[in-house]
Amino acid sequence: MNWLFRYANPHEFMRLSGAVLPFTAIATALCIGLSLYLGFSAPPDYQQGRTVLILYIHVPAATCAMTVYGAIAVCSLLSLVWRHPLSDTAARAAAPLGAIFTALGLITGALWGKPMWGTYWVWDARLTSFLLLLFIYFGYMALWNAIEDETKAARAAAILALVGAVNIPIIKFSVEWWSTLHQGESIVSGKLAPVFLAPLLLMMAGYMLLFITLWMVRIRTAILERRATVLMQRGTA
Amino acid sequence: MNFDMSPYGAYIWPAYGVSVLALGGITLWSWLRWQWAKAKLAALEKKT
Repeated sequence: MNWLFRYANPHEFMRLSGAVLPFTAIATALCIGLSLYLGFSAPPDYQQGRTVLILYIHVPAATCAMTVYGAIAVCSLLSLVWRHPLSDTAARAAAPLGAIFTALGLITGALWGKPMWGTYWVWDARLTSFLLLLFIYFGYMALWNAIEDETKAARAAAILALVGAVNIPIIKFSVEWWSTLHQGESIVSGKLAPVFLAPLLLMMAGYMLLFITLWMVRIRTAILERRATVLMQRGTA
Repeated sequence: MNFDMSPYGAYIWPAYGVSVLALGGITLWSWLRWQWAKAKLAALEKKT
């Protein structure tokens, strides 16, 4: 675990993230730009027509929503076990990003569902558990803001994040465990033609890189704000 | 590139629009907060 503590040090994190940030930002723009070019140049799907374009933004948003939550759960575990303050900062910084990806997954899914399923929404296991994820994100962020003592808030939020992590495998396997309108996995099983797969994978990489970039920016901001608070307290003491 | 979305334009363009607004918005907000934090810390360090 020594390597983790080395990079979980705020000073080391600032140095490392400062070096990595320009590259992740450029890679994000390249992946999303290339995906849009390939996606809008691809022919319509024989069943879905051009609504397949919605899947290029729906699937990456939904994947990121769950990945971000996984990252929050890991940070929360590290915080509860090793009490490292940067873990709390990282978990808190990721939450609004995860909530936005979740909301986008729900909205773009509804906009794809209407022309393909004939409805914006059904209370099936996948959609309902994904909506629950959005509420867990809201609850997590509200808990951080509701408790004034930051140490207590961090502990309560970490426990909530770990309890809420139960929902992630439920979302993932809901299409296998229950009969749902939402289709099953189609990337790993090779059901997608390469002409649709390439822009989808590029957009997934782009969204993930965007998350990593913004996550680093938000953690850096939190560290700077903490330093400013310490300086102000010293000034008034 | 083909921008003809018929007959699904009413679903495709709002999906892209809301994604651009949300992701663009959080990117801009995060970047601005970062710049404000840097400026505030620099001012405080200069003062002390």
